Amino acid sequence: MSDALLLFLPLIIPAAAAVIGLFLRSQCGLQAIIGVLGSAGMLIAGLLLVARADAVGVIATQSGMWEAPFGISLVADRLAAAMVSVGGLVAFAGAIYAWRDLADGKLGPYFVPLMQFLMMGVQGSFLTGDLFNMYVWFEVMLVASFVLLTLGNKRQQLEGALKYVILNILASSLFLIGAGLIYAKLGTLNMADVAVRLAHPEQADLVRTSGVLLLAAFGLKAGLFPLFFWLPSSYHTPRPVISAIFAGLLTKVGVYALMRTTTLTFAAKAPVLLELIYVISLLTMVSGVLGAAAHFDMRRILSFHIVSQIGYIILGLAMMTPIAIAGAIFYTLHHIVLKTNLFFVSGVVNYMRGTNDLARLGGLVKATPWISVIFFVSAFSLAGIPPLSGFWAKLAIVLAGLDLKAWGAVAVALGTGVLTLFSMTKIWAEVFWKEAPEDANTTDKRTGLWPMLVPCVLFMCITIGLGIWGGYVFAYAERAAEQLLNPREYIEAVLGAGALTTDVPGAGRVHP
Amino acid sequence: MKTKSLLFAQMPRVALPLILVLAAVTFYRGHHVPGGGFIGGLVGALAFILVALGQGTEVARKVMRVEPISLLWLGVGIALFSLILGFIGGDGGFHGLWLDEFMVPLIGKVHLGTPMLFDLGVFLTVMGFATKVGFGLQEDNL
Repeated sequence: MSDALLLFLPLIIPAAAAVIGLFLRSQCGLQAIIGVLGSAGMLIAGLLLVARADAVGVIATQSGMWEAPFGISLVADRLAAAMVSVGGLVAFAGAIYAWRDLADGKLGPYFVPLMQFLMMGVQGSFLTGDLFNMYVWFEVMLVASFVLLTLGNKRQQLEGALKYVILNILASSLFLIGAGLIYAKLGTLNMADVAVRLAHPEQADLVRTSGVLLLAAFGLKAGLFPLFFWLPSSYHTPRPVISAIFAGLLTKVGVYALMRTTTLTFAAKAPVLLELIYVISLLTMVSGVLGAAAHFDMRRILSFHIVSQIGYIILGLAMMTPIAIAGAIFYTLHHIVLKTNLFFVSGVVNYMRGTNDLARLGGLVKATPWISVIFFVSAFSLAGIPPLSGFWAKLAIVLAGLDLKAWGAVAVALGTGVLTLFSMTKIWAEVFWKEAPEDANTTDKRTGLWPMLVPCVLFMCITIGLGIWGGYVFAYAERAAEQLLNPREYIEAVLGAGALTTDVPGAGRVHP
Repeated sequence: MKTKSLLFAQMPRVALPLILVLAAVTFYRGHHVPGGGFIGGLVGALAFILVALGQGTEVARKVMRVEPISLLWLGVGIALFSLILGFIGGDGGFHGLWLDEFMVPLIGKVHLGTPMLFDLGVFLTVMGFATKVGFGLQEDNL
C-alpha cells in the first residue's frame, strides 16, 4: 500500500462511515454496525501506519500533489501513528459500548455519524503537517463534540455545554491569532517549513508571542491550569459513552498539538516557553488532584483526575530529555486507555443503579465482583501501583526529574500520586466496598449489559498487558521521542532532503 | 410563521428558479474567479429559505423535494469521492484530474475535473446545512 493511501485512510474511513451513517439514519441496528466497522477500520489503518512509520521513519504525502509548503502535508512519525491507532482503539471500544444505548434509542439517529466526524477531526489533527489545517481539524472535532455533548437535551447538559462552547471558541480564536502571527512573520504555516525558517537567527522576535498564544489555546483544550474548569463541569453530563470517549481522547489532542509544536518549532527558539510549561504542569497536577479530593460524584472525580494526569504528561514535555519525552508519550497512551475504561465502568454503574453519586451507591463488590475487579485494576493503575501500566508511566517521569535534579517536580509528582490513590480509594470504598445505604436502589439492572462489559474487559487486559509487557511500548515511545527531539527527519520527509541549509538545533533541555 | 404580505408570499415562487440559476452560475465560475461551491450553496439555500419565509416551511420542504439532511450526506459523499478518485486515477489523495475541454452551445468552453466535483460536494453540503438551519429556526425544532 502506498504511503499516501496509508496516510489518507484514517481520514477516509470515518468520513465514509459518517456518510453511510447519515444515509441510514432511520435504522439504528445498521448504524451501530457501521459505527463498529468504521472504528475497526480506523484501528487497522492506525496499526498499519505504526508498522510503516516504525520501519521507515517519518512518512509524508502532499494532498492534491501540490509540493510542500504550498499544499497541505499529511505526516506520520512514530508519535502520530501511535496516536492514530489508540484513537481508533478508543473509537472501536466506544462503538461497541454504545450498542446498548443505541438499541434503547437513547442516543438518537445522529450519534454514529457525529462520532465518526469527531474521529475524523481527531485523526486529522494527529496527521496534519500544517498549522492552519490543524486549526480546521480542531474545528471539525469541536463542532461534532458540541452536538454530542448536548445529545439528550437535559438542562444540566446545556449548562455544561455552554461553558465548553464558550471556552473552546476562545481557545480557537487564540489558536487562530497565534497561527496568523506566525504567517505574518514567516509567510508559511507548514510546520516543517516554520521549523526551517526559525532556524535562521533573525527570526526569533515574534516566536515567543505566537508560542504563548498557541500554548494558551492548546492548554485550554488539554485542560491545563488555570484554564481547566470547563472540563469537570461538562464531562459528567452527557451519556457515559460520549463522556468516556471525550475523557480519553479530546484532551490528548491538545496535548499532542502541544508536543508537536513545542518540539518542532518553539523549544529551540523560545526556551522560556518550556519553563512556563514546567510551572503550569506542576500547578495542573496539584489543582486537579485537589479538585478530585473535594468532589463526591464518580464522573466528576474522574474528570478532575484527567486534569491532574495531563499535568504529568506536560511535565514530561517540559523537561525535554529523551526519557522524559518517552515517558510523556507512554503516559499519554496509557492514560487514554485507562481513563476511557474508568468512564466506561462509571457508565456501567450508572446503568445498573441509575446514579453516580457516591453517597447513594454501595455494596457493588458483593453484587458484581467482576465490575469491581475491572475498576480496581484501572483505578490502581491510575494511582501508579506496580506492576500496572501507570507505575511505569510515572516512574519514567520521576526518573527524568531525578536526572535533572528537579527535586520540586519529583516531590509534586509523588505527592500527587498519593492523593490520586486517596481519591481512588474513596470511590472504591464508597461505591464498591461499603454496604449500600438503606434508601439506595439495589435492584441491579443486568439485562443487556454485555456490550458494555466487552470493552471494559478489553481495556482492562490492555492495562495489565501494558504493565507486564510495557517494555516494548516504552521502547517504541523512546524511538518516537528521538524523532521529536531531532526534527531533521520530520522536516526532510515533508520538504525533501536538502531543505535544511542550516542545522536545526535540537530542542534544548531546560534546567528548572 | 407566514408573512401577511401578499407580495412576499408570492415573490419567492417566481424568484426561485432565477436564484437557483444564479447559484449554479456562481458555483460554475468559481474555479478561477470569485464564486464557488460555498457561496453558490448559500445562494441556492436562500432560494428555499425565501419560500419558507413567505409561505411556511411545509411548502418550502415540498418545493425542495429532498430533505436537507440528504443533501448534506450526498455532498460530503461526493467530496470524499473526489478525494478517492485522486488515488484511482492519479498519484495521491485529491490529485486534480481534468477532462479535455469541450464546447457546449451557449455556455462555451467547458473544463471539468475532480476539483469541480469536490466543489459540487461543498455546494450540496452548504445548501443542505443552510436550509436545515433556516427551516429549523422557523420551526423552533432542530
